[in-house]
Amino acid sequence: MTDAVVQVPAAGLKRPPPRRLAFARMGPRALLVQGSLLLALAALFGFIASNVVANIARLNVHTGFGFLARPAGFDIAQHLIEYSERSSYLVAFVAATLNTVVLAAICAALATALGFVIGLARLSTNRLVAAVAAAYVELVRNIPLLLQLFYWYFAVLGTLPLPRQSLEFLGVAYLNKRGLYVAAPVAEPGLAPFTVAVAAGIAGWIMLGHFARRHRVDTGEAWSPRWIGPALAFGLPVFAWSWAGAPVSWDIPTLSGFNFRGGAAIIPEFVAMIVGLTIYGAAFIAELVRAGVLSVDKGQSEAGLALGLRRWRVYLQIVVPQALRAIVPPLAGQYIHLLKNSSLGAAIAYPDLMLIFAGTALNQTGQPLEIMGITMATYLMLCLGIAVAANAFNRRVQLVER
Amino acid sequence: MVVRNIVFFGAMAAAAVWSAAEAATLDDVKARNVVRCGTAPNNPGFAFPDNQGKFRGFDIDFCHALAAAVFGDASKIETRVAEPRDAFTMLTAGTVDVLTHRFTWTYNRDNGSGVEFPMAIFYDGQGFMVRKSLGVKSVNELKGAAICVAQGTTTELNVADYFNAHAMQYKIVAFNGTDATRLAYDEGRCDAWSNDRGSLASRSVALKTPGDHVILPETISKEPIGPVVRQGDDQWSHIVRWTYYATIAAEELGVTSANVDELRKGSTNPEVKRLLGVGDNLGQKLGLSADWAYNVIKAIGNYGEIFDRNIGDKSPLRLGLGLNALWRDGGLMIAPPIR
Amino acid sequence: MAGMRDFLRSCVSTPLNALLSIVVLVWLATTLPELFRWALLDAVWSGSSGRDCAARDAACWLFIRMRANQILYGRYPPVEHWRVNIAALIGVVGLVVLLLPGIRRKTAIAAGLLFAYPPVAGILLRGGVLGLPAVPAAQWGGLMLTVTVAAWTIGTSIPLGLLLAFGRRSALRVVAAVSACYIDIVRGLPLVGILFLAIVMFPLFMPPGIEINELVRALVAFTLFNATNFAEVFRGGLQSVPWQQSEAGIALGLRRWQIAVRIVIPQAITASLPGIVNVCVSVVKETTIILIVGLFDFLGVLQGGIVDPEWLIGDQVRATAYFFAGAVFFVICFSLSRYSARIERAMSAGRRS
Repeated sequence: MTDAVVQVPAAGLKRPPPRRLAFARMGPRALLVQGSLLLALAALFGFIASNVVANIARLNVHTGFGFLARPAGFDIAQHLIEYSERSSYLVAFVAATLNTVVLAAICAALATALGFVIGLARLSTNRLVAAVAAAYVELVRNIPLLLQLFYWYFAVLGTLPLPRQSLEFLGVAYLNKRGLYVAAPVAEPGLAPFTVAVAAGIAGWIMLGHFARRHRVDTGEAWSPRWIGPALAFGLPVFAWSWAGAPVSWDIPTLSGFNFRGGAAIIPEFVAMIVGLTIYGAAFIAELVRAGVLSVDKGQSEAGLALGLRRWRVYLQIVVPQALRAIVPPLAGQYIHLLKNSSLGAAIAYPDLMLIFAGTALNQTGQPLEIMGITMATYLMLCLGIAVAANAFNRRVQLVER
Repeated sequence: MVVRNIVFFGAMAAAAVWSAAEAATLDDVKARNVVRCGTAPNNPGFAFPDNQGKFRGFDIDFCHALAAAVFGDASKIETRVAEPRDAFTMLTAGTVDVLTHRFTWTYNRDNGSGVEFPMAIFYDGQGFMVRKSLGVKSVNELKGAAICVAQGTTTELNVADYFNAHAMQYKIVAFNGTDATRLAYDEGRCDAWSNDRGSLASRSVALKTPGDHVILPETISKEPIGPVVRQGDDQWSHIVRWTYYATIAAEELGVTSANVDELRKGSTNPEVKRLLGVGDNLGQKLGLSADWAYNVIKAIGNYGEIFDRNIGDKSPLRLGLGLNALWRDGGLMIAPPIR
Repeated sequence: MAGMRDFLRSCVSTPLNALLSIVVLVWLATTLPELFRWALLDAVWSGSSGRDCAARDAACWLFIRMRANQILYGRYPPVEHWRVNIAALIGVVGLVVLLLPGIRRKTAIAAGLLFAYPPVAGILLRGGVLGLPAVPAAQWGGLMLTVTVAAWTIGTSIPLGLLLAFGRRSALRVVAAVSACYIDIVRGLPLVGILFLAIVMFPLFMPPGIEINELVRALVAFTLFNATNFAEVFRGGLQSVPWQQSEAGIALGLRRWQIAVRIVIPQAITASLPGIVNVCVSVVKETTIILIVGLFDFLGVLQGGIVDPEWLIGDQVRATAYFFAGAVFFVICFSLSRYSARIERAMSAGRRS
C-alpha cells in the first residue's frame, strides 16, 4: 500500500540501496561513457555561454548587476521589511522573496493540519463524512489551481462588503474587500520589564517542576506546594505590569477617508492565496495521510483499543506516529510543490517573487538574464532547503522506529 | 537525447557564419513570407480574438498594414500574443519582428534595452476611474485610496510619482494583466482604477454597470504609444515608421480605402500621387515596391478609418479621437511631408 | 436497500457522527440548490448573441455553444476538423482497449500507441503530406491543443523519466551524479520560469539565425520538466523490485538490457502506476501554461473569448467560462484518478491474495 502513495517522494530523501550486483566493472568502457558525458555537458554549457555573450554584444543590451542598487520606483502592496518607492531593486527583491517564503510557510502549516483532518475524515466511520471528504479531495485535486485561485479571489472574496459596510468583530477587527484589519500591538516602555518578567516566571515554573520531579525520584515524596510555579509565572508579569505600566497599547483600526487606518492590515490577495493553496495542498496531503494510516497494521489499533484506550488516543498515540514514517518523505515533495505553486500568485496580484521581481522589475530594467537567473536560483535554493530539512527530519523519524 | 542535441547544435553552430552581421529584418521577413507581430493579450478593440478566433483590432490592423507594405498582401501576418513582461525580450531575441503593442514610448525603453520606437501612433494619458458614489471629483481627493493597476506597465511608476509629488498616501494593487485589473476594480478591491484613458474607456464597457463609474478629469501622464522594433536595423525601423505615417498622410489627404483606386487613376494632387506611387517610386528607398502605400490604404484604410472601425464610432467601444485627431483638427496626428 | 440502511446508520452511530452529519447536510442544503439554479434552471441555453445573456444572473451556456468550434479546435480550419476527430478517435479507442481489464496482448497495444500512433496522429494533424493540406501549429488551439500537448508530454517524459531513474541508480558515479543533479535542480524550479527560458530567452542561447519552432521548444521544455517527476516516481518503483529478480535474470543468462526490459521495468512500472497516473493528472492541469507560446489552448480560448466586446455584458460570461473550464478539467482528471484508484485497489487485492 505504501508504494501507492500519491505523490512523488522528495528528491534525495533516500539513498539508493547499495548495489548488490556489480553489473559494470569500472573498465575502460565505463570511463569512456562517463568521460564523454562530462565532455558533452561541458560543450553544451560552453556553447550556450558563448552564444549568450555574443548575442548580448550583438543586440546592444545592457548587462550587469548594477541595477540592484538603483531605486525601484514602484510600490509593493505587502512588505514585511521597510520598503518604499525609493528603495533599491535589491530591497524589492528581498521583500518579494519574503512574501513568497511567508506565504509558502503558512500554507504548508495550514495544509498539513487540514490535510490530516481530511485524511482522517476519509477514514471516518461516518460514511457521509467520509464521502464528503472524498468528494473534497477529488474535486480539489482535479481542477487546475489557477482556476481555484480565481474562484477564491474573485468569486468568494469579491462578495465581501466595501470598507464603509465592513464586517466588524468586537470593535478590534474589520473585514472588507480591501482586506482584514486587526488591532495591532504597539510597544510601550513597559514592554521590556514585562517580557523579562514573563520569561523569568516561565523559567521559574519549569525549574520548579524539574526540581520537584528530581525530589520525587530521590525521596519518593511528592513535593507539595504546587501553586508556587503558576504563581511565579502569572504573578511576576502582573507585578511588572503594575510597576512599569502596560507593556503594549493597541492600535485599533479606524475608518478614515477611503479605508481603515491603523492596526495591522492583511491584504485580500494574501488571504486568497492562503485559502487557495491550503485547500489545494491539503487535498494531496490528505491522500498521503490516508495511505499512511492504512499502511499501519490494523493489529496496532486493535491492541490499543484492547488496552482500553479511547479511540482518539489510539489514533494520536499509536496510529499517527507510525503512519508518519510513511507520510513524511512524500510530504516534503508536497511542500516543494506548494512553494512552486505559490508562483501562480502573480495571476491574482499577490506580490511574490514572480510578480514583483520576475515581473515588474524585469519589465522596468529590461535585464531578463540577470533577473531570471536570480529568480530561478532563489526558487532552487528554497526547494533544496526544504529537501535538506525534510531529510534531516526524516532521519529522526526513522530512527524512532528502531 | 542530450548527446544528439549537442551534436546537432554543434553542427548548426559551425555552419552558422559566426561573425556575420545579423541578417536585416526585411530580408528575414521576405524569406519567411510573413510578418511576425507581438500584440497585447486580449485587449478589446486593440487586439482580441473574435467569434471565429481570428485576431482583430487596432493593433492587428497595423500589423496587416506592414504585411501590405512589404508583400502587397495584408493577410501575410502571424500575430504572437506577448505578455508585457515578455514582450521586449521576445523582440530583442528575435521571436517577433515588431511589437504592435500598447507600449508607451519612454526614454529608458528607447535607450539601452536593445529596442527603439520609430514613432507614436496613439496618444493617450493616464487617468483614474472611480465610482460615482464615492463623490470624488479630482485625483487630489484620492488621499489614502487603494489603486488597481496592471503590472509591468508604466502605470505603476506614474502613480508612484504622482502621489509622491503631491505627498499623498496610497495603496497600489498590481495585477498581471489588464483584464484581471478591471475585474478586481469592479469587485471593489480598489477605490480607483488607473490606466491609459483610452484603455479605461474601452474596458469600462465590461464593467457590471458602466454608468456607475466616472473617469476623473486629471491626466497624470502623457502616453505616446507606438510600435517597437529592434535597435540597429534602420531599414526596418523606417519601413515601420513610414507605413504608419502613410495611414496618417492618407487621412490628411482624404485618401480612403474606398476611393484609393479612383484617386490613383485620376488624382491631380501631387502629394497624393507621390503617396500612391504614381509617377514616382518612393518605395524603392525603403526596399519596397512603388505601390507600397497604395497597398496599405487599399487593404486597411487610413488612420481615421482604422480608428473608427476598431475603437471609434463604428465599434462597440466608441472612443473619442481626442489627441488622435489630425493636427489641423486640434489633435497630435501629423505625418511628415511625403516628398 | 441494506446498504442504504448501513449508510444511514453509520451517519448517526455516535453523537459526534450525528452532529457531523447534520453540519454536512445543512451545508449541502444551502449550496446545492443555488448551484442548481445558477447552472441549469435559470441558465441561458439559446439565442444569437451576447445580449441574450445580459441581465440574467445565471450561467450563459450560449457563449459556450457559440464558441464550441473554437473551444474544441482553436483556429483549425473547419473543413479539416475531421482529421482531428479521426486522430482523437484512434487514440481514445487505443487507450480504452489498453486500459480495459481482461484484454491480452497489452504490450503490443502499448507499443502501437507509443510508436505507431504519434506519427499517424502527427501526419493527420499537421498535414502537408499524402494530399492532406498543411495546417501549421499556429492554427492549433482549444481542447485539441490541450490534449495534444498533454499526450506528447506524457508519451515522451515517461521514457526519459525511466532513463533518468536508471541513471540515478547507475553504478557509474558520473552518470548517477549527473542524473541526480538534473532531477533535483529541475524539480526545484517553477515551470513558468523554465518556459520563460525556453520560449522568451531561448534565442539568446542560440547563434543568430537558428530558429526552432516555439511549440516544439515548449513541448521539449514540458518533457524535460515532467521527466524529472516521472523519474522520482520510477525511482520508488525500481526500489520496490527485489534485487533477487535481477539475480535470477543473470542466472538465466539474460543480458543486461534484457533484464532491464523484461524483468525490472515491467515490475517497476506496475508498482508505480498510481504515481504515474498522478503525474499525468498534473501534466493535464499544467498544459494551460502553453499560453506563453501565444497559442490558445482550451483555457486560453475561453479567456480570450470573454473579452470580445460582443460578449462584454457582465460577469456571467466569465463565470460560465471558468465554470465550464473547471468542469472539463475535472472530467478528464477525475477519470484518470478513478483509473489510478482502481489499479491501486487491484494491486493491493493482488498482494493480499
